[in-house]
Amino acid sequence: MSNELLFGLYIFVLAGFLGHYVIEKVPPLLHTPLMAGTNAISGISLVGSLVSAGGGYGKLSMMLGFIAVICATINTVGGFLITDRMLRMFKKKTPAKGVKA
Amino acid sequence: MSSLLPYLIASVCFILALQGLSSPTHARRGNLIGAFGMLVAVVGTLVFTHILTFTWIAIGLMIGSAIGAAMSIWIPMTKMPERIALSHSFGGLAAALVGVSEYHHRIGGEGIDRFTMTALGLEVFLGFLTFTGSLMAFGKLQGLITGAPVTWKGQNAINITMFFSALALLVVVVVDPHQSAVFYATGVIGLIVGVLAVLPIGGADMPVVISLLNSYAGLASASTGFALGNPVLIIAGALDGTSGFLLSLKMSQAMNRSFANVLFGAFGQVAPTPEGGPGPVANYNLATVEDAVGVLSAAQSVIVVPGYGMAVSQAQHAVRELAQALEANGATVKYAIHPVAGRMPGHMNVLLAEANVPYDQLYDLDDINDEFARTDVSLVVGANDVVNPAAKTNPASPIYGMPVFNTEESRAVIVLKRSMNTGFAGIENDLFIRPNTMMVLGDAKKTLREFIAGVKEEAAA
Repeated sequence: MSNELLFGLYIFVLAGFLGHYVIEKVPPLLHTPLMAGTNAISGISLVGSLVSAGGGYGKLSMMLGFIAVICATINTVGGFLITDRMLRMFKKKTPAKGVKA
Repeated sequence: MSSLLPYLIASVCFILALQGLSSPTHARRGNLIGAFGMLVAVVGTLVFTHILTFTWIAIGLMIGSAIGAAMSIWIPMTKMPERIALSHSFGGLAAALVGVSEYHHRIGGEGIDRFTMTALGLEVFLGFLTFTGSLMAFGKLQGLITGAPVTWKGQNAINITMFFSALALLVVVVVDPHQSAVFYATGVIGLIVGVLAVLPIGGADMPVVISLLNSYAGLASASTGFALGNPVLIIAGALDGTSGFLLSLKMSQAMNRSFANVLFGAFGQVAPTPEGGPGPVANYNLATVEDAVGVLSAAQSVIVVPGYGMAVSQAQHAVRELAQALEANGATVKYAIHPVAGRMPGHMNVLLAEANVPYDQLYDLDDINDEFARTDVSLVVGANDVVNPAAKTNPASPIYGMPVFNTEESRAVIVLKRSMNTGFAGIENDLFIRPNTMMVLGDAKKTLREFIAGVKEEAAA
């Protein structure tokens, strides 16, 4: 096995474990924002699309990259925006009571 | 300096973003940190990678941002499952296209080693599968395709054969990367498997499917990372993959069903109910709005159990107003949220938050189930299977063993329902024929508005 593969697997497995522990702590209350948020994060494939679209790989690669840039940007920009919109709505008991929770 | 440093910063930001979601008070800040990380990664790529032409990148970024913003600002909260399904399909498509582009570029030039070829193959297969699978889920949620399970003879055998033939083709192309036709065939099979795998899955199982597609989209991203040797893609993909996988496990557990059963079981098919046949349905207590208002006005404690019907009739604001009127009456109001209520994880929470229900009034299954016995009225708004006592008592029921609310233990139960048809799972609900249950049929929002007027009138009298 090449070292490149091994390093990739190291990163993948450790990130998976870390993800498990972090995501276990997300309450069911926030499961929809979690899904929208991870969606935005996985839009990081944008980084790969950028290279395809602008790396001078030839016409076909450029066109595919261009479409991929659009799709991934929709997910990142849209994902972070909608997660924020949802999270803004979650409020504790009416603050009108004057007592800080 | 290379783009690896910005990628490290981005990775840390993404983990902080997920960590923020452990509490509603820190979640927004976390999300901002995540967005910042994304910006760092994109700028880092543009600055440090060998990029020749920026024109198409700039145009793509602008179009994508405009569509993404429009899809986020104007979409109603009730359409959130559809919105999420669509974005999974975009994520899958992006990963698949990058894979095809990378293959096309490398095969004509430097060649592809086996490891990269494996990653590219998985990326393209998973990416296309997620793309069509999520489009199917979207179609089902939107009502473009029937929400009922679509099944035919030998379905599972066909799906499994397709899946394994894709794997076999993958092996061929890994051994000889120049077999372009085989490579593209893997992608095409991914497209077909996506459609076929989601067709047999019923509407009530959507929370599991959406979570699973979330996981696949993450794995497709991670494969992209392996193919490009890009650590931030591997990390983000792993995080997304685990998150979706964990959610789908939780959803399956909340229905007391195995993964395999959800994916291959075609739920609604399990219990075909004879249409129009004389069933126990005849014995339910049909109540008028006045009866229900009387019971509600006298109640000291009320638990609201919302379900998908609340989303369909967009009744979340009316629910909140009724709760306010009852609270003005001196009653306590709580909300009982089942993990699989609605069409995606957390669906009900988001809708109620939109209607300004404070989140400390929302309770999970385990936290509230003992309270029903001490509660005057349970108000079931468009929920069905999650309040079906048959899950606890009838071993023959297809939902037997699923954790459900003890709604029937409260002094009175008011059920708002569109009609007496069976729920999405197609199962008779014993709750509806209990002596302490009052059925109020009709559009939930309209009925709730009548309740609100009635309760206020009674309070004024």
